[in-house]
Amino acid sequence: MSPGENVLGCAPAAQPQVLRERGQREVFCGLTGIIWMHRKMQDAFFLVVGSRTCAHLLQSAAGVMIFAEPRFATAIIEERDLAGMADCQDELDRIVDKLLTRRPEIRTLFLVGSCPSEVIKLDLGKAAQRLDSKFAGSVRVLNYSGSGIETTFTEGEDACLTALVPEMPSADAGEAANLLVVGALPDIVEDQFKRLFDELGIGPLHFLPAKRMAELPKVGPNTVFLLAQPFLTETTGALQRRGAKRLDAMFPFGAEGTTDWLRAAAEAFGIDRMHFNRVVAPGRERAKRAIAHRRERLEGKRITFLPDSQLELPLARFLHTELGMMPVEVGTPYLNRELNARELVLLPASTRLSEGQDVDLQLDRVRLDRPDLTVCGLGLANPLEAEGLSTKWAIELVFSPIHGFEQAGDLAELFARPLRRRDILRV
Amino acid sequence: MQLAVWTYEGPPHVGAMRVATAMQDLHYVLHAPQGDTYADLLFTMIERRGKRPPVTYTTFQARDLGKDTASIFQNAARDAYERFAPKALLVGASCTAELIQDDPAGLAEALELPCPVIPLELPSYQRKENWGAAETFYRVVRQLVDRDIRPEPREGRRPLVNLLGPCALGFRHRDDVLEVRKLLWNLGIDVNCVAPLDAAPDDIRTLGRADFNIVMYPEVGGEAARWLDQALHQPAIRTVPIGVGATREFIAEVAALAGVDATEALADQQSRMPWWSRSVDSTYLTGKRAFIFGDATHAIAAARIAHEELGFEVCGLGCYNREFAREMRAAAALYGIEPLITDDHLEVEDAILNASPELVLGTQMERHIAKRFGIPCAVISSPVHVQDFPARHNPQMGFEGANVIFDTWVHPLVMGLEEHLLTMFRDDFEFSDEAGPSHLHGAARRHEGESAPAPSVPLAVEVAAAQVSHGDLAEARPAGSQISWTAEAEQELRKVPFFVRGKVRRNTEAFALLQGRGAVDLATLYDAKAHYAR
Repeated sequence: MSPGENVLGCAPAAQPQVLRERGQREVFCGLTGIIWMHRKMQDAFFLVVGSRTCAHLLQSAAGVMIFAEPRFATAIIEERDLAGMADCQDELDRIVDKLLTRRPEIRTLFLVGSCPSEVIKLDLGKAAQRLDSKFAGSVRVLNYSGSGIETTFTEGEDACLTALVPEMPSADAGEAANLLVVGALPDIVEDQFKRLFDELGIGPLHFLPAKRMAELPKVGPNTVFLLAQPFLTETTGALQRRGAKRLDAMFPFGAEGTTDWLRAAAEAFGIDRMHFNRVVAPGRERAKRAIAHRRERLEGKRITFLPDSQLELPLARFLHTELGMMPVEVGTPYLNRELNARELVLLPASTRLSEGQDVDLQLDRVRLDRPDLTVCGLGLANPLEAEGLSTKWAIELVFSPIHGFEQAGDLAELFARPLRRRDILRV
Repeated sequence: MQLAVWTYEGPPHVGAMRVATAMQDLHYVLHAPQGDTYADLLFTMIERRGKRPPVTYTTFQARDLGKDTASIFQNAARDAYERFAPKALLVGASCTAELIQDDPAGLAEALELPCPVIPLELPSYQRKENWGAAETFYRVVRQLVDRDIRPEPREGRRPLVNLLGPCALGFRHRDDVLEVRKLLWNLGIDVNCVAPLDAAPDDIRTLGRADFNIVMYPEVGGEAARWLDQALHQPAIRTVPIGVGATREFIAEVAALAGVDATEALADQQSRMPWWSRSVDSTYLTGKRAFIFGDATHAIAAARIAHEELGFEVCGLGCYNREFAREMRAAAALYGIEPLITDDHLEVEDAILNASPELVLGTQMERHIAKRFGIPCAVISSPVHVQDFPARHNPQMGFEGANVIFDTWVHPLVMGLEEHLLTMFRDDFEFSDEAGPSHLHGAARRHEGESAPAPSVPLAVEVAAAQVSHGDLAEARPAGSQISWTAEAEQELRKVPFFVRGKVRRNTEAFALLQGRGAVDLATLYDAKAHYAR
């Protein structure tokens, strides 16, 4: 296909074929979500119950040494715990005591399950219950699993938020409609969205996760929610079971995605269309202007996503519809057709969708396809660059503010920079 | 269970990966769940390797447990052999697979692959990364060495040695190999094999051809060398040539074992460190208090350099790898201090604060601790960081390594004359002490009381390392301090450079308390100075 051809909206008539593979997965496990979750939830502490590998993963994936003491740690299971010389539950109590003495400001403690804790069937639910009643009133103790045998990368956030849903206070059926934005967002993005919803006249507005446990919003039959992230399958189910309704929308990436996302809320709250356009127009125009600067470099370029964060589908849609890029293969660890329905129809019919991974086979395809840009994890980026393929680190898409109008240009820039760099280097 | 916020070492299978990644034509099939692939990025990002580590992860999931994890392993091993055609295959389990007890060794054997299969038993819940690397390298050597290959008759040929221990993700291993090769070249000795770095299974097979082994890094190569000594009667040189003195000893030992003349190698004209250290500009280095922590080999070598070659005082010494506790204790005894053997960085942080060093020589973790407290610091050991893989040649071993070490350790310190000027002209509005040493980019900019123990100050009130423990350095005064200061004494205190002001205040108050003086006046200030003076 020549560049620029078939760029816009060739919606495939039928459900697209999906290539499903299983084999070696070059993806983080769900524990990795702790790296951003622990900064988002300011009175929460994440205690991974796992092995030295878990601790090493967290420090390596974060890619940083510790400046401020992080609000996460690992209770490393040792030989004597496995040999039954020490009772794991007692050990856990001892460690939690030590931890809470050191960090008295902690209000929520997450016991986070790992592969080893799941395999030895260490009951963290029971531990959480026991510790929760022990510290009743001062610290809420919850648990979820971020293990690699059950969760892939961003599914860790999904599991964490799912654990929070039962903690949300109930809203009465008689209460006014309220909007919940679900998924951890950088503070600056949250504030931008808050201003927009205010101007639109939509409220009360809350975010999940909240910055503090005490600010955890109410939920009930009059709650409608917008997903800020596409990977929140379980959280969605849990909220729906509490009566909340999901607003179907594109994800808020780029001018179009953000507009569609905001519009879904505006329609649910019966906001006047003229008013909506008036409020949204300045941000939307700014986003379009910012994106236009990058379009020249990206238009017609072919891009492949290797599975990483589940952001792949909405990002491919953004790059295709707003920047004219051509998705070659869009891989995702898990494809939720329902949540991504509006994204899927906007991808060109030629897109090869893949779910799961056999990394060797997938890299064979990348070498055959030779896309202009491959979005992949840190373990694969330099090896692909060394083969002459330009890459974009997927993890940057999770760790930087990319949602909303004001970040649309930055998001485009993340993809444009590797290509620009390739073009300017003369070494 | 052990509470860990940060760890010096990864799990033992990461040690195995370091060996596998260092080698050629070797592949490692690791029975592991999704997520363990994070370890790839250590090599591709930190070390900037342009190739994926030769590791296949079986990636089993919860739903596979109790059903077919064994066949997942076998399929992965078979596919890996077909795709990568290695000359030898390592098989093993990560921490989770160890628990499900699938027996990778037996499963791999049953496949009857047409290459040697080396099973690894790395107990993840007992051991750590360095142990895993040493064990893996030992297993590789033990299984692949051809015991019939022995040295040729010595007549008419140059001596031949193996260099054991250089590895992937090693601290300056790449550059150290070059330096050791240079030393050996000057002695007229040839290298048979460097391993594991860049060695193929076939190179390991012929290790026995060498007359003896040189253990560059005992943490990785120690076990294999011990076995080679036992099984092939191949002696080993265990002196690690880090520092001028150690390099000279290394040369002498190697020359003696090889039966060659060491004179020329010892007279290396490129060894500048001894003169740099003796030149008058270095006088100010005398007695600087250095706190040293790292892997045992690098820490012990650093202590010797600090003590013998730079004239520092070693005020703290320790390592995170317990396997070398005996060597560490022996070294610490030389300096009359208790060694710190721990893998808890918080304990190291406390020890640093209590020791009040003027220079910290440590790992990247100690660099961060030192930075936080405004203490000059240099990195001497792994765990590695992207900055430990510089583009330029930057060895630790040999005479050039000693030159590099001189520069790296001395540059973070306040230079001799600058130290005096800071004290004498602190009132100059452009030369304010708040600016900190010119070369530290304002890192030392902090206010009174926040200050950390830092370089000694000759002209003003000099107070040596306090015997008082001072918990949190950020505290301006000891909690509940009842001591008041006269205006005059307070004024005088302001003339003390910012980087020791907090310490001077604490020490003076402690002294006043000890003496039962209710207030600090000028006399108390100077009495305290005399009391703590070295």
